Amino acid sequence: MADVVRMTAAETAAAVNSGTLSAAEVTDAMLAHVDAVDDRVGAYLTRLHELAREYAKRVDERVRGGEKLPLAGVPVAVKDNMCLTGTRTTAGSKILENWIAPYTGTAVQRMLDAGAIPIGKANMDEFAMGSSCENSALGITRNPYDLTRVPGGSSGGSVAAVAAYEAAIGMGSDTGGSIREPAAFCNTVGFKPTYGRVSRYGLIAFASSLDQIGPLTRTVEDSALAYEAMAGWDRMDSTSIDRPVEKASTALRGDLKGLRVGIVKQFVTEKLGAEIHALYQQTYKELENLGATLVEVELPTADYGLATYYLIAPAECSSNLARFDGVRYGLRVEGGDVGAMYEATRAAGFGPEVKRRILIGTYALSSGYYDAYYVKAQKARTMFANDFKRAFETCDLIASPAASSPAFQFNAKSDPYSMYMMDYYTIPMSLAGLPALSVPCGWITPEGGDRPMPMGLQLAAPLFEEVKLLGAAHAYEQGTKHASKYDAMVVSA
Amino acid sequence: MSTAYEAVIGIECHVELKTKSKMFCSCPNEFGGEPNTKVCPVCLALPGALPVANKEAIDHMIAAGLAFSAEIPAFSKFDRKNYFYPDMPKDYQISQYDMPLTQGGVVRYWLEDGTMKECRLTRIHLEEDTGKSTHAGGGDGRIAGSTHSLIDFNRAGVPLMECVSEPDIRSAEEAVGYLEALKRTFVQLGVSDVKMEEGSLRCDANVSIRPAGAKEYGTKTEIKNMNSFRSVYRAIESEIERQIGVIESGGRIVQETRGWDESQGVTHSMRSKEQAHDYRYFPDPDLVPLEIDRALVDRIKATLPQLPPQRFERYHGEYGLDVKQATQLIDNLPLADYFDKCVAASKNPQQSMNFVLGDLSRLANETATPVHESPVTPEHLAELIALVEGKTINSKIAKELLARVWNGEGSPKAIVEKEGLAQTSDTGEIEKFVVEVLASNEKAVADYKSGKTNILGFLTGQVMKASRGKANPALVQDLLKQKLG
Repeated sequence: MADVVRMTAAETAAAVNSGTLSAAEVTDAMLAHVDAVDDRVGAYLTRLHELAREYAKRVDERVRGGEKLPLAGVPVAVKDNMCLTGTRTTAGSKILENWIAPYTGTAVQRMLDAGAIPIGKANMDEFAMGSSCENSALGITRNPYDLTRVPGGSSGGSVAAVAAYEAAIGMGSDTGGSIREPAAFCNTVGFKPTYGRVSRYGLIAFASSLDQIGPLTRTVEDSALAYEAMAGWDRMDSTSIDRPVEKASTALRGDLKGLRVGIVKQFVTEKLGAEIHALYQQTYKELENLGATLVEVELPTADYGLATYYLIAPAECSSNLARFDGVRYGLRVEGGDVGAMYEATRAAGFGPEVKRRILIGTYALSSGYYDAYYVKAQKARTMFANDFKRAFETCDLIASPAASSPAFQFNAKSDPYSMYMMDYYTIPMSLAGLPALSVPCGWITPEGGDRPMPMGLQLAAPLFEEVKLLGAAHAYEQGTKHASKYDAMVVSA
Repeated sequence: MSTAYEAVIGIECHVELKTKSKMFCSCPNEFGGEPNTKVCPVCLALPGALPVANKEAIDHMIAAGLAFSAEIPAFSKFDRKNYFYPDMPKDYQISQYDMPLTQGGVVRYWLEDGTMKECRLTRIHLEEDTGKSTHAGGGDGRIAGSTHSLIDFNRAGVPLMECVSEPDIRSAEEAVGYLEALKRTFVQLGVSDVKMEEGSLRCDANVSIRPAGAKEYGTKTEIKNMNSFRSVYRAIESEIERQIGVIESGGRIVQETRGWDESQGVTHSMRSKEQAHDYRYFPDPDLVPLEIDRALVDRIKATLPQLPPQRFERYHGEYGLDVKQATQLIDNLPLADYFDKCVAASKNPQQSMNFVLGDLSRLANETATPVHESPVTPEHLAELIALVEGKTINSKIAKELLARVWNGEGSPKAIVEKEGLAQTSDTGEIEKFVVEVLASNEKAVADYKSGKTNILGFLTGQVMKASRGKANPALVQDLLKQKLG
C-alpha cells in the first residue's frame, strides 16, 4: 500500500490506464493513508471519502471502456478556494466555514475529466492571504519535513498533502508566490503558469489580476501533466488566454545545453545569510554544469515589487471580498439593520490579515489617494513587465531563490512585513504575469533546527514559455536529485 | 415675481437593454417570473464566479450612440463601482467610469408646437442592473417598520445603459420631449422596450434655476423617484417653483437629492451632498478592455433605420403633416414605414396620411389587424388615391372600395373596372338619370320653383343614388339647374 501512495501521478496514470491497478485501489489506499497521517499533518480541511470513491468508480469504468486518461486515478488535493459541487469550500475563512459549493470551477473540472480523484479540500491561508498557512481560520497545517514548522502558504494544505504522500498532485493558486514558496518549503515542485493560462472560473478571488491556478507535485513531469490537464482557454473567464497549450510532458529535457540562464544582479543572496548564499551559488553552478550559460541580468525595479504588490492585491481584494456580506450565503451575524448586520458579519467572519488588506485596499482606492497609490502601482507594474522583457533579450530563463529562507517555525513571523518578505523573489514574476516554478535545490538545517529543510530554486520564463520552463526544470531535477535526499518526517517516523 | 428665472435641467436616464441574456452571464434577460429563478453563480455573485461581457449589449450601445451622432471610441473598459447594497450581489456594480462606450452626441427632439430642440449628451455607458428588494412584515412595503426584506435577483445583471445629458434642458416640457425622443429612438433601434411600468426606463433630473440670461449655474438638486413622463413633468415644475420660492424669500438652494412624492405633488429632501459615497472606481480586473472594431461600428451604422428627427422633419416640414399626425406616425414604426411606402407609390403625402391615419387605422382597430399586415398594400392605396385624384371615383366610393380591398377582394382598380364604378361625365347618360329623378319628385320640383332652391341638394343626392354614385356631382348640379330653368 505504501508503494501505491508514493507513486507519482505519471506512474499512477500509467498503471491505471494499463489495468495493473484500479483507480478504486489507488483511492482506497490513499484515503487510508490520509486517515492515518493527516491528523498530524493537517493538510485537509475536508476529506472526500465518498466523492473520491465515486470518482474512482467512474474512472475505472471509463478505463474499462477503452479510454486512456492522462490523470487516470491520480489522487488530487484541491485547495479550498476552488469550487467543487457538493463540497464545503471555505477559502480558509470563518465567513465561508459551512458554505457548500453548488458548482465546479473550470480547472477542477478539467482535472476530474482527465481522471483525477479528489481526495480532499486542502487548508490554506484565509482567502490566500499569507505565506505560512497560519492565517487559516479553520485549522493548522504542519510541514511534513518538520512538524514544528509551517508548510508555507498560502497553498499550505495542498503542498503538505503532496509532501506527505496524501496526494500526487496538489492544486494550488499563486497570487504573489502562494504556490512557489510552499513548494520550496516542502521539497516539492510548484508551478505557476502564465497569467491567464488556467481559467479562474470557480477560484475564489483574492486579487483577480494576479491569481493563477497551478500544480504542486513531487516531480516536474507530474507538474507538466497536471498543467496540460488544467490549462487552456475558458469561455467562462474573459481573462483566460485563447491560444493552444503546447504539450510539456513530452518536451522534458535531460540537460540545459544551449540555454542562457539569467541571474538577477539585484537579487543579492548575501543578505539571506552565508549558508543560503552558498547554497544558491552552488545551485547556479549546477545549472552551469548541466550545460547552461549563466548571464547577469538587471531587474532595476526589483525592490519595488513588494510595495507595488501590496497596493494592487489589497485594492482588488477589498472589492472582491465585498460580496461576503451575510446576505446570500456564508456566515451571517444579525444586527439591528442591514448595515449593522454587514458590520457584525464581516467583523466576526474575517481574520486580522484579511481585514488589514481590505483596509489597505480600500484606502488605496479611495478618492484623493487613487492616483497616488493604485494608478502609480499599475504604472510600476508596466515597468516590471518591461524590465523582464529587456532581461529576456539576453537570457532564456531567470534563476533565483524561491523563498527568502527555509520553512520557519510557527509564530516566528510576528510582524506582517517580515512575512511579506518571504515573497520577495516571487512577486516580480507575478506582477509581470510570467510563468515561474520552484524546484528543490538542496537542504539547509535552519538555526535552532535539528533536521535539514528543503530549499527551492525559482526558474522563470517569458510569457507562454511553459514548455521551455518545465523542460529546463526537469533537466535540473534529474541532474541533481536533491528532492530524494531526505524523506518526509511524517512517513519516515 | 420681480425677477424672471430660467431653469437649467440635465437628465440621467437608466434604460434596460433588450438582449437574449444578462450582461455578464447566460441567464435569460426577461421581466418578472418566480423570484430567483433566473439566476446562476455569476449573477448571484457566488464565490469564484466571473463575469463575461455580453456582445449583443455592446452592439446595442454602439447603435444607440450612433443614433445620436455620438463618438464611439476605439477603446473602452468596465470599472467597478464599489458600495454595499443588499440587492447588488457583488457589493460592487460593474459600470464604466472614464472610458464609456459612447461619448458626446446630440438628442434632437420636438415640442408640441413643432419646434425642434437639441440636448447634448455627455455620454452613454453600459452597466448592470441590481435585484429588487421587498420589505415585509409591516411598514406597508417601506423599510421603516418592516421586520425583514426579501430579495429577488432575477433582475440582477440585466444590462443597463445610462444616458447622461448636458444641462441643456430649460423646462419640464423640454424634459419630457427629450425623454420621449430617447424612448422612441431606443424602441426603433430595437435596443430596449422602454417600458416605464416595468422599470426598464428610470430617470433622475438635475434641476437648478438662475436669473434669465445669466451665465453661471445655480445650485442644483437631484430629483429621484419619478416613474412616468407625467411625474417627470410635474416633479420638475414643482421643483422649479420650490427653488424660486426659496430664492425669492431670501434663502439659498442646498445641493441635495430630493425624492418626488407623487401623491403630495412635492419633492422632499432625501440626502445631502455631504453624505455622498466614495465609490472607489477602478478598472474591473475580471474583464479585459474592449477594443471596438471600426468595421463593426460601420456595420451597425449601415443597419440604422431613419431616425425620429429626420422623419419628423420630413413629415412635418416637407409633407406638411401637423405635429400630432407626424408624431402619431413616428411612434408607430410599422405604420410609418407603411406610410412611407404609400407616399413613394402615390407621390401624395397628404392623401396617404388621410387614409393611413383615417380609414385604414379605423379598419385596423375594428379588425384588430395592423395596417401593414392587412391585404391593403401601399400599391393598392396608391391606386385608390390616383382614382380619387383623377376623379374616376368620388370619396364616398373610395371609402367603400377601401373596405372591400381590406376584405381581400383585390385591387381597387380591378374592382372599379369589373363593376363599372368609374365616375361618369357623359352628359347624355347623366341626363337620363336627371330626367328620371325630376319625373319622380314632382313635389321637390315644385318647391324649387317656388323659391326653395336649397332643395337642389336633395335632388342631386337622388341623381347620385340613381347613378350608383358614378355621376360627376358637378355635372349633375349643372344639368339639374338647367332643367329646372
